[in-house]
Amino acid sequence: MDKFTIENMNLYYGKFHALKDVNIRMKKNRITAFIGPSGCGKSTLLKSLNRMNDLVEGCKITGDIRLDNEDIYGDMDVNILRKRVGMVFQKANPFPMSIYDNIAFGPRTHGIKNKCELDQIVEESLRDAAIWDELKDRLKKSALGLSGGQQQRLCIARALAVKPEVLLMDEATSALDPISTGKIEELCLKLKNDYTIVMVTHNMQQALRISDETAFFLLGEMVECNSTDAIFSNPQDKRTEEYITGRFG
Amino acid sequence: MREYFDKELTQLNDNLIEMGGLVEQAIKNTMKMIVDGEDLLDTAREHESRINEAEKAIQNQCLRLLLHQAPVAHDLRYVSAALKMITDLERIGDQAIDIAEMSVYIKDKKQVFNLTHISEMADNASKMVTEAIDAFVKSDIELAKKVSRQDDIVDELFNRSKNETVELIHKNKELGSEALDIVMIAKYLERIADHAVNVAEWVAFSITGSCDLSD
Repeated sequence: MDKFTIENMNLYYGKFHALKDVNIRMKKNRITAFIGPSGCGKSTLLKSLNRMNDLVEGCKITGDIRLDNEDIYGDMDVNILRKRVGMVFQKANPFPMSIYDNIAFGPRTHGIKNKCELDQIVEESLRDAAIWDELKDRLKKSALGLSGGQQQRLCIARALAVKPEVLLMDEATSALDPISTGKIEELCLKLKNDYTIVMVTHNMQQALRISDETAFFLLGEMVECNSTDAIFSNPQDKRTEEYITGRFG
Repeated sequence: MREYFDKELTQLNDNLIEMGGLVEQAIKNTMKMIVDGEDLLDTAREHESRINEAEKAIQNQCLRLLLHQAPVAHDLRYVSAALKMITDLERIGDQAIDIAEMSVYIKDKKQVFNLTHISEMADNASKMVTEAIDAFVKSDIELAKKVSRQDDIVDELFNRSKNETVELIHKNKELGSEALDIVMIAKYLERIADHAVNVAEWVAFSITGSCDLSD
């Protein structure tokens, strides 16, 4: 079942045509990886999925982006969209507050004030992000004191706290050591049972290890999208082959 | 872009050509022993030993490439195919030495047997091995398909050779033991042709991602 459906999508930053006639479907409870060289448009497309590009001046989008067949650029409330489609960024960005308050921030914004309910959300979110055991005794401590890997998993927990349906990950492990990266990859594999994950990665081994589908982008064009096994064992487009085998350019 | 990796792949290609050449020599050598009665058992043993060494060296090279270069797409299929092919080439080497050792037992009686079919089988099997390796080196799917088609000829020759030998046993029961050796030699040659087809299938996998050689 498709979670996101993108049809004939074009995106312009002013006069620059950043995404060209993109057509792609992302399946529910699957991990879809976007790969491609810097500047190919993969992060731009990811940000379009929860309308982060609305904040960019001069950004214009044509075509259709549908979440559960509902046009996200139509009547959908953007705050509801971003609750349904959470995002984790390249650099962990915990708020300068306690671990507990980082997680409770989203639910509080959405009107949950009851302490017991918040306690439960904080515990569930940290458990889902596989970091509860490490942090349960220091919930009132500042989140800024955590290691890079812990901060990133805290950010995932914070994204999960508002019960999203989709998790967007923009190079979420590129600044982490292999152990922290491994923990987040394991986490993604666990989370896909309950969430749909779309990730941008420059690490092709990571795409191979955890994604179900991979889409290759080049110069704003989606060149090829297929099962990850098919893309990495027998790509159909010569440009994909050249990129993934390191013979691009 | 990946100059070092490409050099390594070229080296792998060269090593496979060399191993293929050794296997061809091994088959031809055994035929000289059977058909011409030459005493080349030491040479046959040396061939087998060199083929085994070549297999180990190429296997290590492939594993190193998988470990260091994490190849994908055609590169992955190419290295995987090489890794599988050398097992078939090594088995051909084993069968060649088996034939060579058996030829000693039939040396004195070979005038009694019609070795035409055996000789033809050896020529065809050797050609199939050569062409399968060539197909790999040149990424030539049509040549790989040709190798597969040639297998039917070797199978047919095996059946003829077997039937003739059975007839001979009926006529002369004292030749039973040597006749059995002849049938086994024919069977080894038939298996060599099968291994050549396996190599051709890995060539197809390397090129298309599927081992299918049908037209």
